Amino acid sequence: MNAWRSPGIWLILLVVLVSSSWPLLTQKAATREVVFTVLLSVVLASSLNIILGYTGYVSFGHIVFFGLGGYIGLYTMSSLGASLYIALAAGGLSAALLAFLLGKAILRLRGAYFALATIGVNEAMRAFINNFQPFGGPIGISLNFNVYKAYGGAAQALWLTYYLLIALSIVSILLSYLVKSSKFGLGLMAIREDEDAAEVMGVITPNAKTWAYVLSAILPGMVGVLFYFKNGNIEPGDAFRLHFSVELLVMVMLGGYGTVLGPILGAVGYQRLRGFLLTSPLFKNIQLSVAGALLLLIILFIPAGAVGWLRNRFSPLRRLLP
Amino acid sequence: MILQVEAVSKRFGGLQALTRVTFDLPEGQILGLIGPNGAGKTTLFNVINGVYPPDEGRVTFRGKDITGRKPYFLARQGLARSHQIVRPLNELSVRENVMVGSCFGRENQNLTIAARTADEVLEYIHLANRANQLASSLNIAEKKRLELARALASRPYLLLMDEVLAGLNPAEIATMVETIQRIREQGITIIMIEHVMHAVMKVSDRIIVLDYGQQIAEGTPEEITRNEKVIEAYLGDPKLADWLMKGNRQG
Repeated sequence: MNAWRSPGIWLILLVVLVSSSWPLLTQKAATREVVFTVLLSVVLASSLNIILGYTGYVSFGHIVFFGLGGYIGLYTMSSLGASLYIALAAGGLSAALLAFLLGKAILRLRGAYFALATIGVNEAMRAFINNFQPFGGPIGISLNFNVYKAYGGAAQALWLTYYLLIALSIVSILLSYLVKSSKFGLGLMAIREDEDAAEVMGVITPNAKTWAYVLSAILPGMVGVLFYFKNGNIEPGDAFRLHFSVELLVMVMLGGYGTVLGPILGAVGYQRLRGFLLTSPLFKNIQLSVAGALLLLIILFIPAGAVGWLRNRFSPLRRLLP
Repeated sequence: MILQVEAVSKRFGGLQALTRVTFDLPEGQILGLIGPNGAGKTTLFNVINGVYPPDEGRVTFRGKDITGRKPYFLARQGLARSHQIVRPLNELSVRENVMVGSCFGRENQNLTIAARTADEVLEYIHLANRANQLASSLNIAEKKRLELARALASRPYLLLMDEVLAGLNPAEIATMVETIQRIREQGITIIMIEHVMHAVMKVSDRIIVLDYGQQIAEGTPEEITRNEKVIEAYLGDPKLADWLMKGNRQG
Protein backbone atom coordinates (compact mmCIF):
# COMPACT_ATOMS: atom_id res chain seq x y z
CA MET A 1 0.00 0.00 0.00
CA ASN A 2 1.76 3.14 1.19
CA ALA A 3 4.65 0.97 2.26
CA TRP A 4 7.33 3.46 1.25
CA ARG A 5 5.69 6.47 2.86
CA SER A 6 6.15 5.24 6.42
CA PRO A 7 8.89 7.29 8.12
CA GLY A 8 9.60 4.48 10.59
CA ILE A 9 11.24 2.11 8.13
CA TRP A 10 13.54 4.81 6.68
CA LEU A 11 14.62 5.74 10.16
CA ILE A 12 15.42 2.14 11.03
CA LEU A 13 17.42 1.65 7.83
CA LEU A 14 19.31 4.90 8.39
CA VAL A 15 20.25 4.00 11.96
CA VAL A 16 21.38 0.51 10.92
CA LEU A 17 23.45 1.89 8.03
CA VAL A 18 25.10 4.62 10.08
CA SER A 19 25.95 2.40 13.02
CA SER A 20 27.25 -0.39 10.81
CA SER A 21 29.50 1.97 8.84
CA TRP A 22 31.21 3.07 12.05
CA PRO A 23 33.87 0.29 11.79
CA LEU A 24 34.47 1.33 8.16
CA LEU A 25 35.50 4.79 9.32
CA THR A 26 37.67 3.69 12.20
CA GLN A 27 39.02 0.66 10.29
CA LYS A 28 39.32 -1.19 13.59
CA ALA A 29 38.94 -4.96 13.40
CA ALA A 30 37.74 -5.23 16.98
CA THR A 31 34.72 -2.94 16.54
CA ARG A 32 34.01 -4.66 13.24
CA GLU A 33 33.81 -8.01 14.99
CA VAL A 34 31.38 -6.66 17.58
CA VAL A 35 29.12 -5.13 14.95
CA PHE A 36 29.43 -8.28 12.82
CA THR A 37 27.97 -10.38 15.63
CA VAL A 38 25.15 -7.90 16.17
CA LEU A 39 24.26 -7.68 12.47
CA LEU A 40 24.30 -11.45 12.22
CA SER A 41 21.77 -11.59 15.03
CA VAL A 42 19.68 -8.88 13.36
CA VAL A 43 19.41 -10.93 10.18
CA LEU A 44 18.62 -14.16 12.02
CA ALA A 45 16.11 -12.60 14.42
CA SER A 46 14.33 -10.61 11.69
CA SER A 47 14.05 -13.74 9.59
CA LEU A 48 12.81 -15.87 12.48
CA ASN A 49 10.23 -13.16 13.17
CA ILE A 50 8.53 -13.85 9.82
CA ILE A 51 7.50 -17.34 10.88
CA LEU A 52 7.40 -16.73 14.65
CA GLY A 53 6.10 -13.18 14.94
CA TYR A 54 3.93 -12.77 11.85
CA THR A 55 2.66 -16.32 11.37
CA GLY A 56 2.66 -17.43 15.01
CA TYR A 57 4.61 -20.67 14.54
CA VAL A 58 7.41 -21.17 17.06
CA SER A 59 10.45 -22.51 15.25
CA PHE A 60 12.81 -23.81 17.92
CA GLY A 61 15.33 -25.20 15.48
CA HIS A 62 15.74 -22.24 13.19
CA ILE A 63 19.50 -22.46 13.37
CA VAL A 64 19.30 -25.53 11.12
CA PHE A 65 19.02 -23.18 8.12
CA PHE A 66 22.10 -21.25 9.26
CA GLY A 67 24.10 -24.46 9.67
CA LEU A 68 22.91 -26.02 6.44
CA GLY A 69 23.67 -22.81 4.52
CA GLY A 70 27.16 -22.79 6.01
CA TYR A 71 27.78 -26.39 5.02
CA ILE A 72 26.48 -26.00 1.48
CA GLY A 73 28.46 -22.77 1.08
CA LEU A 74 31.75 -24.20 2.29
CA TYR A 75 31.24 -27.35 0.27
CA THR A 76 30.64 -25.43 -2.98
CA MET A 77 33.72 -23.30 -2.29
CA SER A 78 36.15 -25.98 -1.16
CA SER A 79 35.10 -28.97 -3.27
CA LEU A 80 33.53 -27.33 -6.32
CA GLY A 81 35.79 -24.29 -6.39
CA ALA A 82 32.91 -21.84 -6.65
CA SER A 83 33.18 -18.17 -5.69
CA LEU A 84 31.78 -16.73 -2.48
CA TYR A 85 28.87 -15.19 -4.39
CA ILE A 86 27.80 -18.49 -5.90
CA ALA A 87 28.25 -20.11 -2.50
CA LEU A 88 25.96 -17.46 -0.98
CA ALA A 89 23.28 -18.17 -3.54
CA ALA A 90 23.67 -21.92 -3.03
CA GLY A 91 23.42 -21.54 0.76
CA GLY A 92 20.27 -19.43 0.49
CA LEU A 93 18.66 -21.73 -2.03
CA SER A 94 19.39 -24.90 -0.08
CA ALA A 95 17.93 -23.37 3.09
CA ALA A 96 14.87 -22.29 1.11
CA LEU A 97 14.48 -25.75 -0.38
CA LEU A 98 14.76 -27.42 3.02
CA ALA A 99 12.16 -25.00 4.42
CA PHE A 100 9.85 -25.69 1.49
CA LEU A 101 10.02 -29.47 1.96
CA LEU A 102 9.71 -29.16 5.75
CA GLY A 103 6.85 -26.74 5.33
CA LYS A 104 4.91 -29.26 3.31
CA ALA A 105 5.59 -31.91 5.96
CA ILE A 106 5.49 -30.30 9.41
CA LEU A 107 3.60 -27.02 9.06
CA ARG A 108 0.34 -28.92 9.37
CA LEU A 109 1.31 -29.46 13.00
CA ARG A 110 0.18 -26.73 15.32
CA GLY A 111 1.48 -25.16 18.52
CA ALA A 112 3.85 -27.23 20.62
CA TYR A 113 3.91 -30.07 18.10
CA PHE A 114 5.40 -27.84 15.43
CA ALA A 115 7.98 -26.49 17.88
CA LEU A 116 8.98 -30.04 18.85
CA ALA A 117 9.22 -31.09 15.22
CA THR A 118 11.61 -28.23 14.44
CA ILE A 119 13.90 -29.38 17.26
CA GLY A 120 13.74 -32.87 15.81
CA VAL A 121 14.69 -31.56 12.37
CA ASN A 122 17.73 -29.75 13.79
CA GLU A 123 18.92 -32.83 15.65
CA ALA A 124 18.28 -35.10 12.69
CA MET A 125 20.27 -32.77 10.44
CA ARG A 126 23.16 -32.78 12.88
CA ALA A 127 23.16 -36.58 13.07
CA PHE A 128 22.94 -36.85 9.29
CA ILE A 129 25.83 -34.47 8.61
CA ASN A 130 27.88 -36.19 11.30
CA ASN A 131 27.71 -39.32 9.15
CA PHE A 132 27.79 -37.74 5.72
CA GLN A 133 31.30 -38.23 4.30
CA PRO A 134 31.21 -35.63 1.46
CA PHE A 135 30.75 -32.99 4.19
CA GLY A 136 33.62 -34.44 6.20
CA GLY A 137 31.51 -36.34 8.74
CA PRO A 138 32.33 -35.40 12.34
CA ILE A 139 35.45 -33.47 11.26
CA GLY A 140 33.54 -31.07 9.05
CA ILE A 141 34.94 -28.90 6.26
CA SER A 142 37.93 -26.58 6.47
CA LEU A 143 38.59 -23.95 3.84
CA ASN A 144 42.03 -23.98 2.28
CA PHE A 145 43.79 -20.69 2.97
CA ASN A 146 44.22 -20.19 -0.79
CA VAL A 147 40.49 -19.59 -1.12
CA TYR A 148 40.90 -16.16 0.50
CA LYS A 149 43.54 -15.12 -2.06
CA ALA A 150 40.84 -14.53 -4.66
CA TYR A 151 39.49 -11.78 -2.39
CA GLY A 152 42.81 -10.06 -1.76
CA GLY A 153 43.99 -12.11 1.19
CA ALA A 154 42.41 -13.10 4.49
CA ALA A 155 42.30 -9.58 5.96
CA GLN A 156 40.51 -8.17 2.90
CA ALA A 157 38.16 -11.16 2.80
CA LEU A 158 37.06 -10.37 6.34
CA TRP A 159 36.15 -6.84 5.30
CA LEU A 160 34.32 -8.20 2.28
CA THR A 161 32.19 -10.49 4.45
CA TYR A 162 31.41 -7.49 6.58
CA TYR A 163 30.18 -5.43 3.61
CA LEU A 164 28.10 -8.34 2.43
CA LEU A 165 26.62 -8.77 5.89
CA ILE A 166 25.60 -5.10 5.97
CA ALA A 167 23.87 -5.61 2.63
CA LEU A 168 22.09 -8.74 3.87
CA SER A 169 20.99 -6.93 7.05
CA ILE A 170 19.38 -4.21 4.95
CA VAL A 171 17.72 -6.87 2.81
CA SER A 172 16.44 -8.72 5.89
CA ILE A 173 14.93 -5.56 7.37
CA LEU A 174 13.34 -4.62 4.05
CA LEU A 175 12.00 -8.13 3.62
CA SER A 176 10.57 -8.13 7.12
CA TYR A 177 8.93 -4.76 6.48
CA LEU A 178 7.59 -5.62 3.03
CA VAL A 179 6.10 -8.88 4.26
CA LYS A 180 4.48 -7.11 7.17
CA SER A 181 2.93 -4.36 5.06
CA SER A 182 1.74 -6.64 2.25
CA LYS A 183 -1.44 -8.55 1.66
CA PHE A 184 0.54 -11.76 2.11
CA GLY A 185 1.57 -10.50 5.55
CA LEU A 186 -2.02 -9.67 6.46
CA GLY A 187 -2.87 -13.29 5.66
CA LEU A 188 -0.01 -14.48 7.87
CA MET A 189 -1.18 -12.36 10.78
CA ALA A 190 -4.71 -13.69 10.33
CA ILE A 191 -3.22 -17.20 10.61
CA ARG A 192 -1.38 -16.16 13.77
CA GLU A 193 -4.55 -14.87 15.40
CA ASP A 194 -6.88 -17.71 14.40
CA GLU A 195 -5.89 -20.19 11.75
CA ASP A 196 -9.35 -21.72 11.28
CA ALA A 197 -11.00 -18.33 10.97
CA ALA A 198 -8.33 -17.30 8.44
CA GLU A 199 -9.14 -20.36 6.36
CA VAL A 200 -12.84 -19.58 6.41
CA MET A 201 -12.04 -16.04 5.23
CA GLY A 202 -10.15 -17.41 2.24
CA VAL A 203 -6.49 -17.39 3.30
CA ILE A 204 -4.90 -20.41 1.60
CA THR A 205 -3.18 -21.37 4.82
CA PRO A 206 -0.97 -24.28 3.65
CA ASN A 207 0.62 -22.15 0.92
CA ALA A 208 0.91 -19.01 3.03
CA LYS A 209 2.62 -20.88 5.87
CA THR A 210 5.03 -22.65 3.54
CA TRP A 211 6.09 -19.41 1.84
CA ALA A 212 6.48 -17.68 5.19
CA TYR A 213 8.76 -20.51 6.30
CA VAL A 214 10.76 -20.31 3.06
CA LEU A 215 11.17 -16.53 3.40
CA SER A 216 12.31 -16.95 6.98
CA ALA A 217 14.94 -19.51 5.92
CA ILE A 218 16.67 -17.90 2.93
CA LEU A 219 18.65 -15.18 4.72
CA PRO A 220 19.75 -17.41 7.63
CA GLY A 221 21.10 -19.80 4.96
CA MET A 222 23.02 -16.94 3.31
CA VAL A 223 24.51 -15.48 6.49
CA GLY A 224 25.49 -19.04 7.43
CA VAL A 225 27.74 -19.04 4.36
CA LEU A 226 29.23 -15.67 5.34
CA PHE A 227 29.82 -16.68 8.94
CA TYR A 228 31.54 -19.97 8.15
CA PHE A 229 33.48 -18.47 5.24
CA LYS A 230 34.88 -15.98 7.71
CA ASN A 231 35.40 -18.73 10.28
CA GLY A 232 37.26 -20.96 7.82
CA ASN A 233 35.82 -24.21 9.04
CA ILE A 234 32.53 -25.81 10.03
CA GLU A 235 31.73 -28.81 12.23
CA PRO A 236 28.40 -30.53 12.91
CA GLY A 237 28.50 -29.84 16.66
CA ASP A 238 29.07 -26.16 16.01
CA ALA A 239 26.71 -25.62 13.12
CA PHE A 240 23.53 -26.94 14.71
CA ARG A 241 23.73 -25.67 18.27
CA LEU A 242 20.23 -25.73 19.66
CA HIS A 243 20.94 -23.07 22.29
CA PHE A 244 21.65 -20.57 19.54
CA SER A 245 18.08 -21.11 18.31
CA VAL A 246 16.83 -20.39 21.79
CA GLU A 247 18.90 -17.22 21.95
CA LEU A 248 17.24 -16.10 18.72
CA LEU A 249 13.83 -16.65 20.32
CA VAL A 250 14.92 -14.53 23.28
CA MET A 251 15.95 -11.71 20.90
CA VAL A 252 12.62 -11.73 19.05
CA MET A 253 10.58 -11.91 22.26
CA LEU A 254 12.71 -9.25 23.98
CA GLY A 255 12.29 -6.71 21.21
CA GLY A 256 8.69 -7.57 20.38
CA TYR A 257 7.47 -10.33 18.08
CA GLY A 258 5.42 -9.42 15.06
CA THR A 259 7.01 -5.97 14.62
CA VAL A 260 9.79 -4.94 12.24
CA LEU A 261 11.73 -2.97 14.81
CA GLY A 262 11.37 -5.51 17.63
CA PRO A 263 13.79 -8.21 16.45
CA ILE A 264 16.37 -5.56 15.54
CA LEU A 265 16.22 -3.96 18.98
CA GLY A 266 16.10 -7.39 20.57
CA ALA A 267 19.19 -8.54 18.68
CA VAL A 268 21.17 -5.43 19.62
CA GLY A 269 19.99 -5.51 23.23
CA TYR A 270 20.63 -9.21 23.69
CA GLN A 271 24.10 -9.08 22.14
CA ARG A 272 25.04 -6.13 24.33
CA LEU A 273 23.83 -8.03 27.38
CA ARG A 274 25.65 -11.17 26.28
CA GLY A 275 28.86 -9.24 25.74
CA PHE A 276 28.57 -7.85 29.23
CA LEU A 277 27.79 -11.23 30.80
CA LEU A 278 30.61 -13.02 29.00
CA THR A 279 33.18 -10.57 30.27
CA SER A 280 31.88 -10.39 33.82
CA PRO A 281 33.58 -12.89 36.13
CA LEU A 282 30.32 -13.57 37.95
CA PHE A 283 28.15 -14.47 34.96
CA LYS A 284 30.54 -15.76 32.32
CA ASN A 285 29.73 -19.42 32.97
CA ILE A 286 26.02 -18.99 33.35
CA GLN A 287 25.22 -16.52 30.57
CA LEU A 288 22.79 -18.99 28.96
CA SER A 289 20.87 -19.35 32.22
CA VAL A 290 20.48 -15.60 32.22
CA ALA A 291 19.08 -15.83 28.69
CA GLY A 292 16.62 -18.49 29.84
CA ALA A 293 15.55 -16.47 32.87
CA LEU A 294 15.14 -13.42 30.65
CA LEU A 295 12.87 -15.34 28.25
CA LEU A 296 10.76 -16.51 31.18
CA LEU A 297 10.42 -12.99 32.57
CA ILE A 298 9.47 -11.54 29.17
CA ILE A 299 6.79 -14.15 28.57
CA LEU A 300 5.38 -13.68 32.07
CA PHE A 301 5.41 -9.90 32.27
CA ILE A 302 5.76 -8.28 28.85
CA PRO A 303 4.72 -10.93 26.33
CA ALA A 304 4.51 -8.27 23.60
CA GLY A 305 8.20 -7.37 24.04
CA ALA A 306 9.67 -3.88 24.23
CA VAL A 307 8.25 -2.53 20.97
CA GLY A 308 4.91 -4.24 21.48
CA TRP A 309 4.68 -2.80 24.98
CA LEU A 310 5.39 0.72 23.70
CA ARG A 311 2.84 0.35 20.92
CA ASN A 312 0.19 -0.86 23.33
CA ARG A 313 0.97 1.87 25.82
CA PHE A 314 1.02 4.78 23.40
CA SER A 315 -1.34 4.01 20.57
CA PRO A 316 -0.07 6.79 18.23
CA LEU A 317 3.19 4.81 18.05
CA ARG A 318 1.26 2.04 16.35
CA ARG A 319 1.61 3.87 13.05
CA LEU A 320 5.14 5.14 13.64
CA LEU A 321 6.80 1.92 14.75
CA PRO A 322 6.46 -0.69 12.04
CA MET B 1 -30.48 -22.44 -7.43
CA ILE B 2 -27.50 -20.95 -5.68
CA LEU B 3 -27.03 -23.92 -3.35
CA GLN B 4 -28.17 -27.52 -3.59
CA VAL B 5 -27.62 -29.92 -0.72
CA GLU B 6 -28.35 -33.52 -1.65
CA ALA B 7 -28.62 -36.35 0.88
CA VAL B 8 -25.75 -35.08 3.02
CA SER B 9 -24.81 -37.33 5.95
CA LYS B 10 -22.11 -36.91 8.56
CA ARG B 11 -21.09 -39.19 11.42
CA PHE B 12 -18.78 -38.49 14.33
CA GLY B 13 -17.88 -41.88 15.76
CA GLY B 14 -21.14 -43.24 17.16
CA LEU B 15 -23.04 -40.00 16.68
CA GLN B 16 -25.05 -39.52 13.51
CA ALA B 17 -24.81 -35.75 13.25
CA LEU B 18 -26.61 -35.38 9.91
CA THR B 19 -28.88 -37.85 8.12
CA ARG B 20 -29.53 -37.36 4.42
CA VAL B 21 -30.23 -33.63 4.63
CA THR B 22 -31.56 -32.35 1.31
CA PHE B 23 -32.67 -28.89 0.25
CA ASP B 24 -32.41 -26.35 -2.55
CA LEU B 25 -31.88 -22.66 -1.99
CA PRO B 26 -32.94 -20.16 -4.68
CA GLU B 27 -30.97 -16.96 -5.09
CA GLY B 28 -31.95 -13.97 -2.95
CA GLN B 29 -33.84 -15.88 -0.27
CA ILE B 30 -33.28 -16.09 3.45
CA LEU B 31 -33.40 -19.64 4.75
CA GLY B 32 -33.80 -20.11 8.50
CA LEU B 33 -32.25 -23.18 10.10
CA ILE B 34 -33.72 -24.00 13.49
CA GLY B 35 -33.76 -26.91 15.89
CA PRO B 36 -32.78 -27.88 19.43
CA ASN B 37 -29.18 -27.71 20.62
CA GLY B 38 -27.12 -30.52 19.16
CA ALA B 39 -29.47 -31.00 16.22
CA GLY B 40 -26.61 -30.66 13.72
CA LYS B 41 -27.19 -27.11 12.50
CA THR B 42 -23.60 -25.94 12.89
CA THR B 43 -22.37 -29.27 11.53
CA LEU B 44 -24.44 -28.63 8.41
CA PHE B 45 -22.70 -25.25 8.05
CA ASN B 46 -19.34 -26.92 8.54
CA VAL B 47 -20.12 -29.39 5.78
CA ILE B 48 -21.37 -26.68 3.40
CA ASN B 49 -18.35 -24.45 3.85
CA GLY B 50 -15.84 -27.25 3.79
CA VAL B 51 -14.65 -27.46 7.39
CA TYR B 52 -15.55 -31.17 7.27
CA PRO B 53 -16.19 -33.24 4.18
CA PRO B 54 -19.56 -35.04 4.33
CA ASP B 55 -19.55 -38.85 4.62
CA GLU B 56 -22.20 -39.08 1.92
CA GLY B 57 -24.07 -36.72 -0.33
CA ARG B 58 -23.29 -33.79 -2.53
CA VAL B 59 -23.17 -30.02 -2.16
CA THR B 60 -23.49 -27.87 -5.28
CA PHE B 61 -22.79 -24.12 -5.15
CA ARG B 62 -23.68 -21.99 -8.18
CA GLY B 63 -23.71 -25.06 -10.40
CA LYS B 64 -20.32 -26.35 -9.22
CA ASP B 65 -19.86 -29.50 -7.17
CA ILE B 66 -18.06 -28.28 -4.03
CA THR B 67 -18.34 -31.42 -1.91
CA GLY B 68 -15.25 -31.73 0.30
CA ARG B 69 -13.57 -28.55 -1.02
CA LYS B 70 -11.55 -26.55 1.51
CA PRO B 71 -13.00 -23.45 3.25
CA TYR B 72 -10.46 -21.12 1.59
CA PHE B 73 -11.49 -22.36 -1.85
CA LEU B 74 -15.16 -21.74 -1.05
CA ALA B 75 -14.45 -18.30 0.41
CA ARG B 76 -12.92 -17.32 -2.91
CA GLN B 77 -15.95 -18.70 -4.75
CA GLY B 78 -18.21 -16.31 -2.83
CA LEU B 79 -19.34 -18.30 0.19
CA ALA B 80 -18.86 -16.41 3.45
CA ARG B 81 -19.60 -17.37 7.01
CA SER B 82 -19.87 -15.78 10.42
CA HIS B 83 -19.17 -17.93 13.46
CA GLN B 84 -21.44 -18.70 16.37
CA ILE B 85 -18.59 -18.26 18.83
CA VAL B 86 -16.98 -15.05 17.62
CA ARG B 87 -13.45 -15.39 16.32
CA PRO B 88 -11.97 -11.91 16.14
CA LEU B 89 -8.32 -11.58 15.11
CA ASN B 90 -7.53 -9.97 18.46
CA GLU B 91 -4.19 -8.33 17.85
CA LEU B 92 -5.30 -6.75 14.57
CA SER B 93 -7.36 -3.59 14.30
CA VAL B 94 -11.03 -3.77 13.43
CA ARG B 95 -10.27 -2.40 9.97
CA GLU B 96 -7.56 -5.01 9.40
CA ASN B 97 -9.96 -7.75 10.47
CA VAL B 98 -12.41 -6.67 7.81
CA MET B 99 -9.62 -6.23 5.26
CA VAL B 100 -8.73 -9.91 5.66
CA GLY B 101 -12.25 -10.67 4.49
CA SER B 102 -12.04 -8.42 1.44
CA CYS B 103 -8.44 -9.31 0.53
CA PHE B 104 -8.98 -13.03 0.44
CA GLY B 105 -12.65 -13.11 -0.51
CA ARG B 106 -14.35 -13.45 -3.86
CA GLU B 107 -12.87 -10.32 -5.42
CA ASN B 108 -9.32 -10.98 -4.21
CA GLN B 109 -8.83 -7.26 -3.67
CA ASN B 110 -5.46 -5.59 -3.18
CA LEU B 111 -4.73 -3.75 0.08
CA THR B 112 -5.72 -0.29 -1.15
CA ILE B 113 -9.11 -1.38 -2.44
CA ALA B 114 -9.60 -3.68 0.54
CA ALA B 115 -9.08 -0.77 2.94
CA ARG B 116 -11.76 1.19 1.08
CA THR B 117 -14.14 -1.78 1.09
CA ALA B 118 -13.50 -2.29 4.80
CA ASP B 119 -14.39 1.32 5.58
CA GLU B 120 -17.59 1.07 3.53
CA VAL B 121 -18.64 -2.14 5.23
CA LEU B 122 -17.80 -0.80 8.70
CA GLU B 123 -19.90 2.28 8.00
CA TYR B 124 -22.76 0.08 6.85
CA ILE B 125 -22.59 -2.17 9.88
CA HIS B 126 -22.17 0.74 12.36
CA LEU B 127 -18.62 -0.02 13.46
CA ALA B 128 -16.83 2.80 11.66
CA ASN B 129 -15.98 4.62 14.88
CA ARG B 130 -14.10 1.54 16.08
CA ALA B 131 -12.05 1.00 12.90
CA ASN B 132 -8.65 1.79 14.41
CA GLN B 133 -9.11 -0.07 17.67
CA LEU B 134 -7.92 -3.59 18.33
CA ALA B 135 -10.58 -6.22 17.75
CA SER B 136 -10.02 -7.52 21.27
CA SER B 137 -11.37 -4.25 22.70
CA LEU B 138 -14.87 -4.71 21.24
CA ASN B 139 -17.83 -5.84 23.32
CA ILE B 140 -19.80 -8.94 22.37
CA ALA B 141 -22.42 -7.17 20.25
CA GLU B 142 -19.68 -5.37 18.35
CA LYS B 143 -17.74 -8.59 17.89
CA LYS B 144 -20.84 -10.18 16.37
CA ARG B 145 -21.11 -7.25 13.99
CA LEU B 146 -17.42 -7.60 13.19
CA GLU B 147 -17.99 -11.24 12.24
CA LEU B 148 -20.70 -10.09 9.88
CA ALA B 149 -18.58 -7.23 8.52
CA ARG B 150 -15.73 -9.59 7.68
CA ALA B 151 -18.09 -11.91 5.88
CA LEU B 152 -19.73 -9.06 3.95
CA ALA B 153 -16.40 -7.53 2.96
CA SER B 154 -15.64 -10.63 0.93
CA ARG B 155 -18.59 -9.66 -1.34
CA PRO B 156 -20.20 -13.10 -1.07
CA TYR B 157 -23.05 -14.60 -3.07
CA LEU B 158 -24.10 -16.72 -0.11
CA LEU B 159 -23.72 -15.86 3.56
CA LEU B 160 -23.94 -18.44 6.34
CA MET B 161 -24.84 -16.75 9.63
CA ASP B 162 -24.47 -18.83 12.76
CA GLU B 163 -26.48 -17.33 15.64
CA VAL B 164 -25.62 -13.69 15.06
CA LEU B 165 -28.40 -12.67 17.47
CA ALA B 166 -27.39 -14.86 20.41
CA GLY B 167 -26.28 -12.86 23.43
CA LEU B 168 -27.65 -9.56 22.13
CA ASN B 169 -30.19 -7.45 24.01
CA PRO B 170 -33.59 -6.61 22.41
CA ALA B 171 -32.43 -3.25 21.05
CA GLU B 172 -29.32 -4.82 19.52
CA ILE B 173 -31.45 -7.62 18.06
CA ALA B 174 -33.71 -5.07 16.38
CA THR B 175 -30.69 -3.30 14.84
CA MET B 176 -29.23 -6.59 13.67
CA VAL B 177 -32.52 -7.77 12.13
CA GLU B 178 -32.70 -4.55 10.19
CA THR B 179 -29.10 -5.05 9.05
CA ILE B 180 -29.90 -8.58 7.90
CA GLN B 181 -32.80 -7.29 5.84
CA ARG B 182 -30.58 -4.67 4.23
CA ILE B 183 -28.01 -7.35 3.39
CA ARG B 184 -30.71 -9.34 1.62
CA GLU B 185 -31.70 -6.26 -0.34
CA GLN B 186 -28.17 -6.19 -1.74
CA GLY B 187 -28.99 -9.52 -3.37
CA ILE B 188 -27.00 -11.71 -0.99
CA THR B 189 -28.58 -15.08 -0.25
CA ILE B 190 -28.55 -15.99 3.43
CA ILE B 191 -28.82 -19.12 5.53
CA MET B 192 -29.22 -18.30 9.19
CA ILE B 193 -29.09 -20.52 12.23
CA GLU B 194 -31.08 -18.84 14.96
CA HIS B 195 -32.72 -19.51 18.30
CA VAL B 196 -34.37 -16.11 18.59
CA MET B 197 -37.70 -17.30 17.13
CA HIS B 198 -39.54 -14.06 16.52
CA ALA B 199 -36.56 -12.73 14.57
CA VAL B 200 -36.04 -15.80 12.43
CA MET B 201 -39.80 -16.06 11.73
CA LYS B 202 -39.80 -12.43 10.70
CA VAL B 203 -36.95 -12.42 8.22
CA SER B 204 -36.95 -15.96 6.77
CA ASP B 205 -38.62 -16.83 3.49
CA ARG B 206 -38.38 -20.49 4.32
CA ILE B 207 -37.39 -22.52 7.36
CA ILE B 208 -35.84 -25.94 7.80
CA VAL B 209 -36.08 -27.70 11.16
CA LEU B 210 -33.39 -30.17 12.18
CA ASP B 211 -33.70 -32.60 15.08
CA TYR B 212 -31.04 -35.21 15.86
CA GLY B 213 -29.59 -34.65 12.41
CA GLN B 214 -32.91 -35.36 10.69
CA GLN B 215 -34.75 -32.83 8.64
CA ILE B 216 -38.15 -32.98 10.36
CA ALA B 217 -39.87 -30.11 8.60
CA GLU B 218 -39.49 -27.54 5.88
CA GLY B 219 -41.75 -24.69 4.84
CA THR B 220 -42.76 -21.08 5.28
CA PRO B 221 -42.67 -19.65 8.82
CA GLU B 222 -46.50 -20.04 9.05
CA GLU B 223 -46.33 -23.72 8.09
CA ILE B 224 -43.51 -24.39 10.51
CA THR B 225 -45.28 -22.93 13.54
CA ARG B 226 -48.31 -25.13 12.82
CA ASN B 227 -46.31 -28.27 12.21
CA GLU B 228 -46.96 -30.77 15.00
CA LYS B 229 -43.59 -32.48 14.75
CA VAL B 230 -41.85 -29.14 15.17
CA ILE B 231 -43.98 -28.17 18.12
CA GLU B 232 -43.21 -31.48 19.78
CA ALA B 233 -39.47 -31.46 19.10
CA TYR B 234 -38.64 -27.83 19.48
CA LEU B 235 -41.24 -25.15 20.05
CA GLY B 236 -42.99 -27.10 22.81
CA ASP B 237 -46.29 -25.40 23.49
CA PRO B 238 -48.72 -24.94 20.52
CA LYS B 239 -49.93 -21.70 22.10
CA LEU B 240 -46.37 -20.48 22.08
CA ALA B 241 -46.32 -21.10 18.36
CA ASP B 242 -49.44 -18.97 17.92
CA TRP B 243 -47.94 -16.29 20.07
CA LEU B 244 -44.81 -16.34 17.96
CA MET B 245 -46.79 -15.84 14.78
CA LYS B 246 -48.66 -12.93 16.33
CA GLY B 247 -45.38 -11.44 17.49
CA ASN B 248 -44.22 -11.89 13.96
CA ARG B 249 -47.13 -9.88 12.50
CA GLN B 250 -46.77 -7.12 15.04
CA GLY B 251 -43.03 -6.90 14.61
